Amino acid sequence: MHAVKLQPQTSSPAKPHRLMIGIDDLSLVFDTNDGPVHALSHINLDIHQGDFVSFIGPSGCGKTTLLRVIADLEQQTSGTIHVGGTSPQDARMNRLYGYVFQAPALFPWRTIASNCALPMEISAQPKSHRQAQIDKYLKMVGLQDFKHKFPWQLSGGMQQRASIARALCLEPELLLMDEPFGALDEITRDHLNMELLKIWKATGKTLVFVTHSIPEAVLLSTHIVVMSPRPGRIIKVIESPLPRDKTLGLRDSEAFHALAAEIRQALASDHQID
Amino acid sequence: MKPQLKSLTQTQGFAVLTLVLGILVIWYIAALLMNGNQMINMLERTGQSWTYTQVLQGAYSIQRPPLPVPHQVAMELYQSVLNQAVTSRRSLVYHSMITLESTLLGFALGSLLGILIAVGIVHNRTLDASLMPWVIASQTVPILAIAPIVVVVLGSMNLTGVLPKAMISMYLSFFPVVIGMVKGLRSSDKLHSELMMTYNASRQQFFWKLRWFSAQPYLFASLKIAISAALVGAIVAELPTGAQGGLGARLLSGSYYGQTVQIWAALVMSALLGWALITLVGMAERLVLRRRGLTR
Ligand SMILES: Nc1ncnc2c1ncn2[C@@H]1O[C@H](COP(=O)(O)OP(=O)(O)OP(=O)(O)O)[C@@H](O)[C@H]1O
Ligand SMILES: [Mg+2]
Repeated sequence: MHAVKLQPQTSSPAKPHRLMIGIDDLSLVFDTNDGPVHALSHINLDIHQGDFVSFIGPSGCGKTTLLRVIADLEQQTSGTIHVGGTSPQDARMNRLYGYVFQAPALFPWRTIASNCALPMEISAQPKSHRQAQIDKYLKMVGLQDFKHKFPWQLSGGMQQRASIARALCLEPELLLMDEPFGALDEITRDHLNMELLKIWKATGKTLVFVTHSIPEAVLLSTHIVVMSPRPGRIIKVIESPLPRDKTLGLRDSEAFHALAAEIRQALASDHQID
Repeated sequence: MKPQLKSLTQTQGFAVLTLVLGILVIWYIAALLMNGNQMINMLERTGQSWTYTQVLQGAYSIQRPPLPVPHQVAMELYQSVLNQAVTSRRSLVYHSMITLESTLLGFALGSLLGILIAVGIVHNRTLDASLMPWVIASQTVPILAIAPIVVVVLGSMNLTGVLPKAMISMYLSFFPVVIGMVKGLRSSDKLHSELMMTYNASRQQFFWKLRWFSAQPYLFASLKIAISAALVGAIVAELPTGAQGGLGARLLSGSYYGQTVQIWAALVMSALLGWALITLVGMAERLVLRRRGLTR
């Protein structure tokens, strides 16, 4: 996938495997009191429509920062980036993507249902549609009985699930998720992994996903981006040989273990403890 | 947990009771010292011999004592609150209502003005730079100097009665609202703002869906200050207007005629009024914040 050369958006939108995100020699330096922090260094990455891409790497390697650049929440110091054929800013203005933050970021004065309604209120979707979406996705994340509760009445994991439902309600073309399942127990995580796969397969959306879990990355992704810190950079992009049609049982297969081992090796090859 | 809580409220109640008793004792002693002197002077002027029993009795019952004792004030309150028709000039309820009217009007106008100025300040850089110094300067002018000017100017425009007084209340109460609301409107969580950015929310949506709500705890804190400031403003405004009614007029006429008991009764009444108003705002706060899930 990184072999594809970046070019202006000329292909028709209907064509499959259209370039969704194109990043070319992108670097980002934060100026801090302790001097510059090289959060991202010479990133080259192409993500196509319908890809499920995972960012994996040790803490501080720039996964969140890269996701934020795609979402126009952070601006690069050098290099170029295109999202959906436009600048990240235009993509944001067109509400092309949905973003799940590392923290739930629910409004404390809104109930769970009304938190999920927020993005749909802002994009002026009709009330009946909002209700239907909320019911559908709250049920999916197992929170249908907590619709009318306030965030503080839910556990941390439940709040995170609510924030996932909120992003799903919008059904965006591109879903950016920053460690969405980090705070969940194994069983819930398995369940939501499968639900996410189901949505992805059914809709052909593009997913960009940050995780710390190798099995999760293997299970979900079509492409795994292995990153390394100081300076934050991509050390390897692995295209998954696994079929798109995945089941939890896949985790016991040879191919699964081989891919997991490859990722682990890539991570370890670059690992220094300092 | 429960018994501990109970004993806590018990010790708290005990502490308050001790404090009140202490103040009463000091009050009575101070009254004896201050009023006793006057009593002795009076007795000596009669040229007859006098006893300390006479001084003691007189100190707590003379007509216009330098320092009235609590039971005299309580008697005056009882007389002027319960023993008068509420429409009578002698009724403290009548005067309280007049003051309350301009307090509430001034508070409502001041809060509205304060909120509007705060919204302008947080949304407009030029307003932030140009308006804030004036807002602060407005409060450095002594209100006692402003009040007569406002009353006279408005009076010459044929505006009398409740409006000039409400203006003074407004003048005092908009300030804490501006300060609190500016801080509140800027207090939104960074993550919440970024979430709104990912939705490409408009400025209005930012305001009505995020900032307005994050500002609410600050708003209510300001409103509590604003309503007591409005009460002070109303009372101060009643001093120079030559007003016939209101707690301020009552204070003024009391001091004019040396009616110290009457002054103290009006003072206690305005303290009670202030307490009641702040309590009301506090209740509204709890109601609103709880319904919004902002308190548990
Ligand atoms: N706003 C900022 N200002 C200064 N430095 C920052 C800022 N945001 C991130 N950084 C730095 O950039 C680097 C990458 O941070 P980032 O949050 O992208 O890491 P991450 O890979 O998401 O880590 P984690 O897995 O712990 O979430 C870190 O060294 C971090 O300290
Ligand atoms: Mg992160």
